[in-house]
Amino acid sequence: MLYADFVGARSEPVWNVVEKEAVRLFAEAISDPSPLYADEDAARSSRYGRLLAPPTFPRTFDYGRIAGLELPPSGLIHGEFRISYGRPLLVGDEVLCRLELKDSYDKRGRRGLLGFLLFERTGEDPKGNRVFTANDTVVVTESVREGIGA
Amino acid sequence: MSGLPDWRPGDVLEEIATPPIDRERLRKYAAASGDPNPIHLSDEAAAAAGLPGVIAHGMLTVATMGLLFSPHLDRGHVKTFRSRFSGMVFLGDKIFARWKNGQTQDERFATFGDRVRTLILHAEDLSRTGDV
Repeated sequence: MLYADFVGARSEPVWNVVEKEAVRLFAEAISDPSPLYADEDAARSSRYGRLLAPPTFPRTFDYGRIAGLELPPSGLIHGEFRISYGRPLLVGDEVLCRLELKDSYDKRGRRGLLGFLLFERTGEDPKGNRVFTANDTVVVTESVREGIGA
Repeated sequence: MSGLPDWRPGDVLEEIATPPIDRERLRKYAAASGDPNPIHLSDEAAAAAGLPGVIAHGMLTVATMGLLFSPHLDRGHVKTFRSRFSGMVFLGDKIFARWKNGQTQDERFATFGDRVRTLILHAEDLSRTGDV
């Protein structure tokens, strides 16, 4: 089991602000045509009242680092991604972002011994309410595992 | 489920089809997302990682799924979605996103992929009107 000592370890949380320009650039990069991401007038008269951030925008936030946890620089495979929102994420929101290694386990499959790392990224508003929770599964292949001597 | 479009089991959303993935698009996504991984930008880095060429960011594919719901954001935001990666997207590939409403919340799904690879994603829920 990889990084067993770090299961349950969290980063020091980091405040992030949802910036208008960052949302505009992100929406453009993913070719999202919704005016709710870039047109302030359209957003103001919408049910949101302010510009909205695309569902995968929390990917751009700084979540801090888990002290001492050094992942291999390359060869990791993104297996799964999941995100749930407590409420929509809007431009101007301040979110306290945190990263945690939730679990680590090994599985032997056709491609050899695979390590699975489950990361959770969360964002809270200034009142401590959860805005979103994102979960990533990262797969470490046997050759990458050998490369890090684990 | 007030406020949601009146989606019934079997209903589909309008398909999303991207142009073939090119380097410019990957550069833009790398800059906008802050993902510095060079396997999406450099042939040398991709080769060093054992890949036949640069690959698209997995999260760009996931973001493309979100486009399915963009025309409906005036009725509700995407509350939860889940994606499982089953293949890599290379330069020149197109990404297709489709959504078909299932019988239950868990069966709502979208399929993604180009001609040969398929990626299954689940769109679990949209918010209710009262959430905003």
